[in-house]
Amino acid sequence: MTNDIIILPLVVHLFFSILLMFFWNKVNFQKVVSIVGNALALCVAIWAFIHVYNNGTQIVESGNWSAPFGIVFVGDMLAVTLVLLTAIAGFAVSVFSTISVIKARLRFGYFSVFHFLLLGLNGAFLTGDIFNLYVWFEIIIISSFVLISIGGEKNQLEGAVKYFALNFFASMIFLTALGVLYGLVGTLNMADISLKIAEVENTTLIDISAVLFLVGFGIKSAIFPLYFWLPASYHTPPSAVSAIFAGLLTKVGVYALIRVFTLIYVGSSFLTTLLLSMAIMTIFSGGVGAIIQNNIKKVFMYFIICHIGFMIGGLALFTEVAMAGVIFYLIHDIIIKTNLFLISGLIYRIKTTTNMKKLGGLYANYPKLSLLMAIPLFSLVGIPPLSGYWPKISLILASFNAEEYWFFGALIFGSLITLIVIGKLWAEVFWKDQPKINFPKKFIYFDQLRLGQKFTFVFPVAFLTFVTLYIGFGAEHIQQLSQRIATELMNNEMYINAVLKR
Amino acid sequence: MEIILAIITGVLYASGIYMILRRSMVKFILGIILLGNGVNLLIFTLGRITKGEPPIIDSAEKVLEGVYADPIPQALILTAIVISFGLQAFAIILVKRAYKVLKTDDLDQLNTTDEDS
Repeated sequence: MTNDIIILPLVVHLFFSILLMFFWNKVNFQKVVSIVGNALALCVAIWAFIHVYNNGTQIVESGNWSAPFGIVFVGDMLAVTLVLLTAIAGFAVSVFSTISVIKARLRFGYFSVFHFLLLGLNGAFLTGDIFNLYVWFEIIIISSFVLISIGGEKNQLEGAVKYFALNFFASMIFLTALGVLYGLVGTLNMADISLKIAEVENTTLIDISAVLFLVGFGIKSAIFPLYFWLPASYHTPPSAVSAIFAGLLTKVGVYALIRVFTLIYVGSSFLTTLLLSMAIMTIFSGGVGAIIQNNIKKVFMYFIICHIGFMIGGLALFTEVAMAGVIFYLIHDIIIKTNLFLISGLIYRIKTTTNMKKLGGLYANYPKLSLLMAIPLFSLVGIPPLSGYWPKISLILASFNAEEYWFFGALIFGSLITLIVIGKLWAEVFWKDQPKINFPKKFIYFDQLRLGQKFTFVFPVAFLTFVTLYIGFGAEHIQQLSQRIATELMNNEMYINAVLKR
Repeated sequence: MEIILAIITGVLYASGIYMILRRSMVKFILGIILLGNGVNLLIFTLGRITKGEPPIIDSAEKVLEGVYADPIPQALILTAIVISFGLQAFAIILVKRAYKVLKTDDLDQLNTTDEDS
């Protein structure tokens, strides 16, 4: 039983998503069940994390078929850490969804699909089989298509079309890559592929499949020439949906890149150069995009792109220090990006808009809330004791040691531009006087909500801010964890031996 | 046989990508359908085509001897067909709804999401 604990997060989400379908029209009941489900998933994720932390990599063989033949679920440190972060973000967003998403949307099975999305994410992190990874990706994108188009407003449908088109295309490319790889090695288990790919003589075909994987996952994780679907779609759904997308959907692409390029395609100099130049361009274009936007949701979207570049570049450097930086940044980024979109939802509820030109005076009217929002914003920049600071030390050190000065410069540029934009945002939204605009009458403002309803807006933000503060002030623990994961990733025979029981 | 399948796969990919690059949303759906079929055929071909050798172990033996047809690509294709079928159904409904709301089929007209709001 204790060995099977790593699949329990999947079971919990599957159970709750099916359970919620039986209460299709009872929206208030669904809210309670969903929050309970996510709290339970959080407990299970913590349990699984502690179990794997103490006992090392756990595997579950489905149907008792031993490793290279059946589908295996592998709970190594990276996977369970991401499952834990998914559970934290999922819990916060489910609380935030209850009031901020209007009832007309919730009535179309919002919570059920939300649990399916979390199921897909957990499955993608835990699976050890590359075709199974494809299937989990499909579950993720189908759920996300539903979540992005529920409500059917004009710009939402337009965003959904764009989002759908490129994500579906990415899946097709991923499937092509998978077909080519299967034709070369004749196995689907990632650990087994890692062993057999060394014996393949046709290195051209290996490079082709690697580039196909890079393009497929690159579209999903929004790296430089492939990110244009993201600024066209992420701001259209309600903030709660944007939050879970921003926190986790692009990061699952980054996870897949990390997995594939540390386990299967290790140390090809062509790919390293390609990844590094893409990372530099991603940081540059994301940062420049953030500066010119006036809508805070769009600013945060470009920050997602900008900071993906930090992780991809660290992956391309492929040293243990860089890897530890990447993992630490991933942990920091999932929590902070989810929180930023929740904050934008909170600002929308207070002021009916997220346009910086129409906003202002938030600090004068809501000093305590502003202080709460300031912590994640300054963590994003990486003001020293806060969480964004620590991974940048590892990344900058690694890029300096590897003598990759372009990436070194890009890191500095990315951090600086984040500081400038957050400074501008702080001045415009919080310090500036409220400009005279006509507030719409037919809108439920934050002040008109009951205390319990206000709580559902403030609690998730405070909860994620607390986690961010822990990552910042308890950086020693997170750094140790990141270094342990980095060691596991750099020495991939540990993963292979655990899966194939050698 | 392989050469014919390879050519068909190539034609399906090329026509699929051509259709995706067109400006109409309906042609985009046709494109992803063609591309999906191309991918399935590619996996089928790459799994090595073996005729008349089912992977069934004789009751007298323990392991398979000699050449046999690999069953895994077929399982993969079946999964991929089901998934892409669902996605295509979703795409058709989505495009129909989008057409009703946006009153256009031309992808060049879709730029309300880029406006400053």
